[in-house]
Amino acid sequence: MAVISRPSGKVFALKDNKSLFPYLLLAPGLLWLFMFFILPIANLAQMSTKTNSGETGQFEQTYRFANFIDSFMDASGQFARSFLYATLATLIALAIAYPLAYAIAFKSGKWKNVLLVLVIAPFFVSFLLRTIAWKQILGEEGPVTAILRTLHIISPQTTLTSSAFAVVTGLAYNFLPFMTLPIYASLERIDPRTLEASGDLYANGFTTFRKVTLPLSMPGVVAGTLLTFIPAAGDYINANILGNPNTKMLGNVIEARFFKIVDYPTAAALSFTLMAAILILVTFYIRKAGTEELV
Amino acid sequence: MAVDASTSAKGDLILKNLTKTYGEFNAVDDLSLVIPKGSFFALLGPSGCGKTTTLRMIAGLEEPTSGTISVGTTDITDMKPYKRPVNTVFQNYALFPHLSIFENIAFGLRRRGVSDADVKAQVDKVLNLVELPQLAERKPNQLSGGQQQRIAVARAIVNRPALLLLDEPLGALDLKLRRQMQIELKWIQTEIGITFVHVTHDQEEAMTMADTIAVMNNGKIEQMGSPEDLYDSPRTSFVANFLGQSNLIPGTITGNDGDNLIIELFGNKVSVPKKRSSAHGTSVLVGIRPEKFRVAAEGKGATGNVLTGGVVSDVSYIGVSTQYQVEMPWGKELIVFEQNDDDEDFLRKSEKVTLSWEPVFSFVLDGSENASSGSH
Repeated sequence: MAVISRPSGKVFALKDNKSLFPYLLLAPGLLWLFMFFILPIANLAQMSTKTNSGETGQFEQTYRFANFIDSFMDASGQFARSFLYATLATLIALAIAYPLAYAIAFKSGKWKNVLLVLVIAPFFVSFLLRTIAWKQILGEEGPVTAILRTLHIISPQTTLTSSAFAVVTGLAYNFLPFMTLPIYASLERIDPRTLEASGDLYANGFTTFRKVTLPLSMPGVVAGTLLTFIPAAGDYINANILGNPNTKMLGNVIEARFFKIVDYPTAAALSFTLMAAILILVTFYIRKAGTEELV
Repeated sequence: MAVDASTSAKGDLILKNLTKTYGEFNAVDDLSLVIPKGSFFALLGPSGCGKTTTLRMIAGLEEPTSGTISVGTTDITDMKPYKRPVNTVFQNYALFPHLSIFENIAFGLRRRGVSDADVKAQVDKVLNLVELPQLAERKPNQLSGGQQQRIAVARAIVNRPALLLLDEPLGALDLKLRRQMQIELKWIQTEIGITFVHVTHDQEEAMTMADTIAVMNNGKIEQMGSPEDLYDSPRTSFVANFLGQSNLIPGTITGNDGDNLIIELFGNKVSVPKKRSSAHGTSVLVGIRPEKFRVAAEGKGATGNVLTGGVVSDVSYIGVSTQYQVEMPWGKELIVFEQNDDDEDFLRKSEKVTLSWEPVFSFVLDGSENASSGSH
């Protein structure tokens, strides 16, 4: 008298499929991450402890961890310079981007969207071309040199191109949108009534900025500085195009070791050291900035 | 502490010929008003009537096109908001999301340079007043709507302003909580004795809390008075319809009898006390609140003013009362609320009825008024 039939195998199969579904959705992303992040990183890690086997481009695994120390000692100057330039560029970008984002968020009225498009517009031109353009802007015939010379801020002999100044300027310029957009986004999210409330509670314009606007925009500032500092610290194009042999950054060293000297192990070791240094700095920075709302 | 109006100005709030225009549009139109010190004053009106603009001008968040605002003898018209003896409870509260509840409330005190010990004492005191001392270290987003509302009030009153402005403070709360907060706000106001100016579009809220209500429409004050005054003796059809419901029946004054006017309504002679009339000519609207009507089957005894020949067109039972729609011989429907306080049978649809009411429970408006203005 089996009136009630047992659940067929199909039901179970369906259930299993259901629990697999999220993983199937994740699969392309995971595959991508594996192919283009995990594998290269593992490869790089493997490479970083190899030594040259005599022939150019041939390396054997010797677990030589001294590669890390040797390469770091060789490039410590460029290391320090990378972080100095990246810090300066980040500060300059912040000084320009904050007022810009503030103006777009609070003062631009109907021009808001136009201004936002203008912030993004440089992305339509290649990074390389934009950097080369700065050679012209800062060049002998360019407006910046002419103005600074007329104002006697620099001597008639001084040139601006092929200098640390040009490299930092280029870095600050190239990463400006990455600074502006997160700050804009966090300013835009502020309820204007909280600013009115601050005025209502005896805070003048400056105090309102210091006590309400700035703290509420900190998540944007933190995100923007990270998005500027991290790529700037690893950049080599700006130093390549706008610098001179004395303004080489770590990126230039790594590039040279990979492509010119063909010393893959130390290039890989330097890449890891840079990554670790950035991670440590960023961790400290986020701890200090103390923004629970960051993520 | 700086000697400015935030500490020295006390007294009545006086608005004189206050006007705010946006292009061609008069948001607030030549408004003059005195709000006595210590009162609970409500500005009531539909959205777009200019009540919030008026409030924002008092707070200093909008600049008047013309006219003056003063507190006592101090003219505050051109004063920056942060110098005014005024604090605001904003719609949706506008608490500072990055500060703890304690620091939110302490914000105004700290800006005025109050010492840390005094800040602590005063913040604790208002936290107790709003009965939320346990929330001092929380962040605003960890609080419920009702709690945020009370913190917003605490943040404003801790500064002991001459004037507390409340901009639709209960709009975001559900009905039950709103009722509770109405009573609580009224209690707080009585407790601390600060003048409250409360902007709302909710007539029940205004009636529950305010001593004095000003009904606003199109940037002007239609009528001002106590809740009873406005409800029993509205002077315009807008007030009659916006505060509760009214049946407005056109008629003609045909004479008078001592203290009463005799008015003819489609053949029925009724009388209304003269003091309840704001009519200029003989053409009038007679107003009767739905709950003032008595309704009885045709032929049964009816006293006072009587309207005959009605036919019940709709009946709805709503617990405390039964609502009838009665179609009158002149084609208009009247609304009648009958309390369910006896065991008489309900009147049925299409039954013939007689409506009656005591003369004292009606009012007279000028005949030039638009009978449907201000209807919900």
